[in-house]
Amino acid sequence: MTSFQDTPVSRRLQHVRHIIIVCSGKGGVGKSSVSTQLALSLRASSPTTRVGILDVDLTGPSIPRMLGLDGHPVHQSSDGWVPVYSDGSEARLACMSVGFLLKKKEDSVVWRGPKKNAMIRQFLSDVRWGDLDYLVIDTPPGTSDEHLSLMEHLAPVHSKLSAVIVTTPQAVALLDAMKCLSFTRATSLPVLGLIENMSGYVCPCCGEISNVFSTGGGEEMARREGLHFLGSLPVDTELVTLLDAAEPPVSDTPSTEPSEKSFALLRRYQQTSTAPLFGNIVKEILRSLGEESSS
Amino acid sequence: MIALQHAAAIPDPLSIPANAPEHCPGTESDMAGKADACDGCANKDICASGAAKGPDPALPFVRERMSSVKHKILVLSGKGGVGKSTFTAQLGWAFAADEDSQDNLGVMSVGFMLPSSRDAVMWRGPKKNGLISQFLKDVDWGNLDYLLVDTPPGTSDEHLSIVTYLRESGIDGAVVITTPQEVALQDVRREINFCNKVGIKVLGLVENMSGFVCPNCKGESQIFKPSTGGGRQLAKEMGVEFLGAVPLDPRIGKSADYGVSFLDEYPDSPATTAYLDIIEKIKAQLEDD
Repeated sequence: MTSFQDTPVSRRLQHVRHIIIVCSGKGGVGKSSVSTQLALSLRASSPTTRVGILDVDLTGPSIPRMLGLDGHPVHQSSDGWVPVYSDGSEARLACMSVGFLLKKKEDSVVWRGPKKNAMIRQFLSDVRWGDLDYLVIDTPPGTSDEHLSLMEHLAPVHSKLSAVIVTTPQAVALLDAMKCLSFTRATSLPVLGLIENMSGYVCPCCGEISNVFSTGGGEEMARREGLHFLGSLPVDTELVTLLDAAEPPVSDTPSTEPSEKSFALLRRYQQTSTAPLFGNIVKEILRSLGEESSS
Repeated sequence: MIALQHAAAIPDPLSIPANAPEHCPGTESDMAGKADACDGCANKDICASGAAKGPDPALPFVRERMSSVKHKILVLSGKGGVGKSTFTAQLGWAFAADEDSQDNLGVMSVGFMLPSSRDAVMWRGPKKNGLISQFLKDVDWGNLDYLLVDTPPGTSDEHLSIVTYLRESGIDGAVVITTPQEVALQDVRREINFCNKVGIKVLGLVENMSGFVCPNCKGESQIFKPSTGGGRQLAKEMGVEFLGAVPLDPRIGKSADYGVSFLDEYPDSPATTAYLDIIEKIKAQLEDD
């Protein structure tokens, strides 16, 4: 075996600079929300940054909904599948998900491992990602077929890989986050850090902070395990609602020319109370990757 | 540029072995063992001989073990973190509390088999499939009134395996859990679609984390807004029974972290009332059958 393996995946991803895998042991802790925010924030980190987001949660794809891209078809070009661009013709935020391949929104994808493996390989080798600064990969919960397949197919580009672990503060989530960390260690996947999500909820009536899912457990785990603690994010209903909306938000400054201004989802996101908190997380991530933020 | 199409007819997902190649036509297909995809598959000869059209050899053992189990219920959800395990635990406690006897709640989990809680189980499908069959045939369950099966999110190996193994013994049905926001409902729609595909009756839909009552001002707010009508609307749309909505009480998660029954610890919580109401409805359904 040579030091550089030439595979369809490595050829396709040779112009991708960093690949960030977002994972958690437990489901419903906010992986897809973090992946979406990471992709949006990275895209906004400079006027030319190009970002891809790949959803490998094959039986429960959420990324299309969160980017307001539900029901978009994927097209085939002579050079592979064309990703769906969340920012229109500016084409700096490319997205691919099994959700785009389903005929109806309620169609279930009932696949065993080998079929999932094949789909993931195809996503990595057949999608025309083009030049990307960052490829964010959203994963399903656990440490099973999808994760093993990702690591296997991405092995030729292992030097570009890193991971972000997402957890909530409860003990049951932390236990699973620990398993996820064990997975990254077993597969020599560098961990950029840990994010504690759903850390407190601010009552809209009285402003009292309730620790709906406890608090502080993520930071404690990071300290114990020698991980970089990237930050904690409270439950933000405004953000939940923004990412849950069927349609991308309509631009309130209508413009015929597609520009930064017309990417309404990003602008609306930047107005949420979570965006500045996440901005600090992204700064930390960029620093770890050796990419100082230009903003 | 053309939109992508499905290349071929989709085989019955239940007839695809866990170690099959990606384009397996299904063991019950006429092409079993003869399709291009079968070259190199370990099962090729047995499929081509027609022997694979028969059942999995573990099935008679599962059937035997399950013959002393009255009701088998799956707890499902397409989405993770909506409260499947918490609900399963509460349902277990509630069903067990019905009896006069003690020590009547048996549990089996891979969690008991790990050398340390930190260890990750990094298994592909076939290995998971094997353990599931062992859980059903090799565990000395004894006589049970109810067997509750908690499942991971999604519609993949674990779900196909449990349905394959239990179908013959009869599954009473599935309780499907969701939270109110559309990203969760999307996945739950797929899960109900899966139940329909494989012939599992949906006993009903539970909406979890439905509204939050501030412990300070008692004001209620929606953390996960039902932007498309929530679980109630989804139940109507999919033609399944809506079993009820459980409000978010931070003490539920706490109870789960400490491994105690929320229903016993906080009998006055509105969430307890909601849980008990849902459990009654499930029981009534099981008795009807």
